[in-house]
Amino acid sequence: MATITLKSLAHSYLAQPRNPQTHPQDYAIQALDHVWKQGGAYALLGPSGCGKSTLLNIISGLLSPSQGEVLFDDQVVNALSPEQRNIAQVFQFPVVYDAMTVAENLAFPLKNIKMPKAQIKIKVREIADLLELTDSLDKKAKNLSADQKQKVSMARGLVREDVSAILFDEPLTVIDPNLKWKLRRKLKQIHEQLNITMLYVTHDQLEAATFADEIALMYQGKIVQFGSPQELFERPNHSFVGYFIGSPGMNFIPIKKSEEGKKNEKDKGRVFYQNISLAISGSQQAALKSCHSTNLKLGIRPEFIELSETYEANSFPASVLSVQHLGSYQLVVVDFAGLEMQVRVAEKMQFSGAGVYLVFPSQWLKLYIDEYLVGEPVLVNKGDYKSENHE
Amino acid sequence: MNKVPNNKAWWLVLPMFLLVAFSAIIPLMTVVNYSLQDIFDQNTAYFVGVEWYQETLRNTRLHDSLLRQFGFSFSVLLIEIPLGIVVALMMPTRGWQASAVLILLALPLLIPWNVVGTIWQVFARGDIGLFGWTLNNLGIDYNYTSNPLDAWLTVLLMDVWHWTSLVALLCYSGLRAIPDAYYQAAKIDRASPWAVFRYIQLPRLRNVLVIGVLLRFMDSFMIYTEPFVLTGGGPGTSTTFLSQTLTQMAIGQFDIGPAAAFSLVYFLIVLLVSWLFFTTITHMEKSDNGNKHDK
Amino acid sequence: MATNMISKRNLGMFMYLIFVLLPIYWLLNMSFKTNDEILGQLTLWPTDFTFDNYITIFTDASWYMGYVNSMTYVAMNLVITLLVSLPAAYAFSRYKFVGDKHLFFWLLSNRMAPPAVFLLPFFQLYSSVGLFDTHLAVALAHCLFTIPLAVWILEGFMSGVPREIDETAYIDGYSFGHFFIKIFIPMIRSGIGVTAFFTFMFSWVELLLARTLTSVDAKPISAIMTRTVGAAGIDWGVLAAAGVLTILPGILVIWFVRNHVAKGFALGRV
Repeated sequence: MATITLKSLAHSYLAQPRNPQTHPQDYAIQALDHVWKQGGAYALLGPSGCGKSTLLNIISGLLSPSQGEVLFDDQVVNALSPEQRNIAQVFQFPVVYDAMTVAENLAFPLKNIKMPKAQIKIKVREIADLLELTDSLDKKAKNLSADQKQKVSMARGLVREDVSAILFDEPLTVIDPNLKWKLRRKLKQIHEQLNITMLYVTHDQLEAATFADEIALMYQGKIVQFGSPQELFERPNHSFVGYFIGSPGMNFIPIKKSEEGKKNEKDKGRVFYQNISLAISGSQQAALKSCHSTNLKLGIRPEFIELSETYEANSFPASVLSVQHLGSYQLVVVDFAGLEMQVRVAEKMQFSGAGVYLVFPSQWLKLYIDEYLVGEPVLVNKGDYKSENHE
Repeated sequence: MNKVPNNKAWWLVLPMFLLVAFSAIIPLMTVVNYSLQDIFDQNTAYFVGVEWYQETLRNTRLHDSLLRQFGFSFSVLLIEIPLGIVVALMMPTRGWQASAVLILLALPLLIPWNVVGTIWQVFARGDIGLFGWTLNNLGIDYNYTSNPLDAWLTVLLMDVWHWTSLVALLCYSGLRAIPDAYYQAAKIDRASPWAVFRYIQLPRLRNVLVIGVLLRFMDSFMIYTEPFVLTGGGPGTSTTFLSQTLTQMAIGQFDIGPAAAFSLVYFLIVLLVSWLFFTTITHMEKSDNGNKHDK
Repeated sequence: MATNMISKRNLGMFMYLIFVLLPIYWLLNMSFKTNDEILGQLTLWPTDFTFDNYITIFTDASWYMGYVNSMTYVAMNLVITLLVSLPAAYAFSRYKFVGDKHLFFWLLSNRMAPPAVFLLPFFQLYSSVGLFDTHLAVALAHCLFTIPLAVWILEGFMSGVPREIDETAYIDGYSFGHFFIKIFIPMIRSGIGVTAFFTFMFSWVELLLARTLTSVDAKPISAIMTRTVGAAGIDWGVLAAAGVLTILPGILVIWFVRNHVAKGFALGRV
C-alpha cells in the first residue's frame, strides 16, 4: 500500500529522442508530475495513443522511463522490478495460464509468495466468490469463455492483499456491455473493502466516472486535468477536456477581442463572434486584457444552453438543422450565425418552426486562451474555490 | 473457420493428386507385387504368396536392424527435442542478432545429406579431422572406423548436429507467438523462470513439438545417406540401419522379394506411429476449436 | 541478476553456434588447403592458402555441370510444386469435400515411405515413360515429398486469411481465377516465400532419388562428389571445395526469407 508519486517523468520509445522542448512529438509522456494518494480509486482517461498505457507500464515497472522518477511512498523505485514494487496488474486481454485450472490460476501469485496452503485456499475461495467464479474453480482455464478468462485475470490481480497498488489496463474491453457494468461495480466494492490504491486505464468516460473518485485526463502525453468527474464536466481545464468529456462534447465559439475594424467604448466587457457581441465576466475580461494570443474561444456545454422559441433578453437567433430523439432527451443541432452547435433539450419540447433563440448563461460560458481555461475562480483543493485570476 | 461442403473442390485438388499419385501409387504397387514373388532375374519370377512376410517375422538380421533403428530413433528424440527447446529459449529475440542466429542455425538443414556425411567423415577422423584429432590428443581412444560404439556415437552426434536446428527453429517460432502480456503477467505474479517455462512457454510449444517429434521420428527412422557416407554401416553392423539393410538385401543380394515385403512392414510401422501422432494433432485442434465456439 | 541471466544465455547460444559452425568451418578450411597440407600436420587454418580446388571445379564441365543439373531440377520442382499446391491448399483451407481428411493424411504419409526399396520401382517407372536421366524425372520424383509439405504449409497460411475476403471479391464481380491471382496470392506472399524455402530445402538436400534417376545428362552435384575417390585415394581438397559450394545456394535462399522463417517453421500454424 503506497502513495505513488511521479516526478518530472518523461518517456520516449525512440532510442535517441530529441530535446523535449523542441520536439515534443518524440515523447509518449512529457514532463509529468503527479501524486496518486494511497487508497484512492483513480481512472486514467484519454483517447488511444495519448500515453496512458505507457504511463501505467512505467508505474508497474514493465517499462523504465527515459527521464524522471517514480516514487512509492518516499522510495524511488525506478530501478525496481514489478515484483519488487509489489504491484498487481490486469491487462487489456485475458492472460490466463492455460494449463492450470481456475483455482490454480488464482493460487499462483500466492504460491509464489510462499503463502501457507490453507490460507491460499481460503483466499482463493473468497476472491472466487466475489467475482462469481466459484462454479468454475475446477475447470481448466483454457476451456473458459473470453469474459470468464478476463474475470480470472482480474481475480489473479486482486488475490494478493499486500500489494502497493492494482493497475487495470482497459480490463473490460472484451466483456459484454451489461456484464461490464456489473464488474465495474464489483471493482468499486472491492476497492471499498480492501483500501488498496487502484489505477484504472480506460478510454471510456462512463467507465472512468463509475469506477473512479478522481479522473486524470491524458492528452498528448500530459495529464491535462485531474479531478472528480463533476469537475471535469463543469470546469474543463483544457478545450480537449471539454471536447472529450460529455456526450456530445462542448461547443466552442471562436472569438475576437473587438469587432473587425472598429474600436468602440461601448464594447467594453464584450467579445465578438463575427458581428455578434457576447458578454463575459469580470475575471475573464481581466485575463483577456493581458493576453496577446489570437487563439480565443468560448466554450459551453450542450446541456447548459437554453433554447426557446420566443425572444428573451440577451438571446441570440439560430435555426434548427436537425433533431435527434435519444430517449430521455433530444439533441438539437442548430446553426448559430454559420456555426454548428449542439443543444440538449428535454424530450417533451416541440418545435413549430426552424427559428429558435439561444441563451448562454454566463456562469457556464468558459473562456479558453490557447486551449487553456482562464478567468475562472481557481480551484485549489477539492471543493474549495479561491477567487483569484489565472494567468 | 467454417468450411463449406463442396465436392467441386476436387477439381482444385486433382492436378496435385494425379502428380503425387503417379510417383506414389505406381511404385508402391510395384513393391507390393515384388513382395509376393520370388524374383531371379527380370524374366523369371514365381508367385510365392505371403512366404516373404513369414520370412520377415523369422529373420533375425532384420529384427536386429529394427531394434537398432528403434534405439537410434529413441536416442535422437531424447537428445534433440530437449536440446532444441533449450536452444530456442537461448535465441535472441530481436535485432540483427536474431536474424544472424536464425540463418546460422538453419545452415545444417540446407546441406545435402551426403555432404553432411562427408563433413563428419572428415571432421571426426583422427588424422585430418579437428574433432577426432582433439579427442585423441586429450588421451581419449577414439576411432569411429574401428570401434563400434564410437561409430554409433558419431552417427548420433552427426544427427544431433544436423537436425537439432529444426527442432530449435520450430520451438523458436512457437515462442515468438506468445504475446508479451503473458510474460508481463508472469513477472507481476512473481513467477520463477521455471514456472514461466512450465506454465507459459511449454503449453504454447505443444503443437510445434508434436510436429517436431513427428518429423524427427520419421526421418531418423529412415536415415540412410548420412551414415552410409560416414561409416558405410560399419564397423560390423553397428551403424547399419534399417534402410541400409534393406538396400543391401534388394540391390546387393538381389533378394528383392523379402526386401519388398519387409519394406512394407516397415512402412506400416512408421505409418502407424505417425498416424497416432496425426490423430493427436487433429484432436488437439478440434478441442481448441471447441473453445473458440464458446467465445 | 537479470544481466547475469542474459549473459549466461548468450554464452550458451554462443557455444551451440560454435558446435554448429565448427564442422562447417573445418570443411571450408580444408577447401583452401592443398592435399599435402591436409594429410600432413593438422593446421587450424590454411598455411598454404590456395584456390586450386575451386579452380578445378570451375574449369571442369563434368564438375560444374553437376551444380547446373541440381539447380535445374530444383527450380523445375519448385515451379511444379507451387503450381499444383496453391489451388490444392486453397481447396483444403476453404472447402469440405469427400475424402478430404484421408487425402490429407495420405499426402503426408508419402514422406514416410522408406526410400531404399522404392528406388528400383522408381527407376523402372521413369525408364518406362522415357524420362530416365532427365531433370524432369528428378523434379517429378521430388514432388512426392515437396508437394505434401507445400500443401501443408500453404494451407496453414491460407486459413489465416478471412473468408470474407473471398466473398467480398465475388460480390465485386471477380471471377475465381482473377481473384485468386490478383488478390489472394499477393495476400499470402510470405507464405509462398516460406513454402519455396522448404521446397528448395528438401529438393536440394535429397540424393538417393536424384542419383538413381540420372546417369550422365542430369547427374546432380552430390553424386558427382563421389568421384573424388580415385585410385590414388581421396582428393580431400576438391571434395571439401565441392561440399562448400553445395552450402552456398542454401545460404542465399535463407537470406531472402529470413524475416518469415520464424512464422514459416511453425508452418503457419501457431
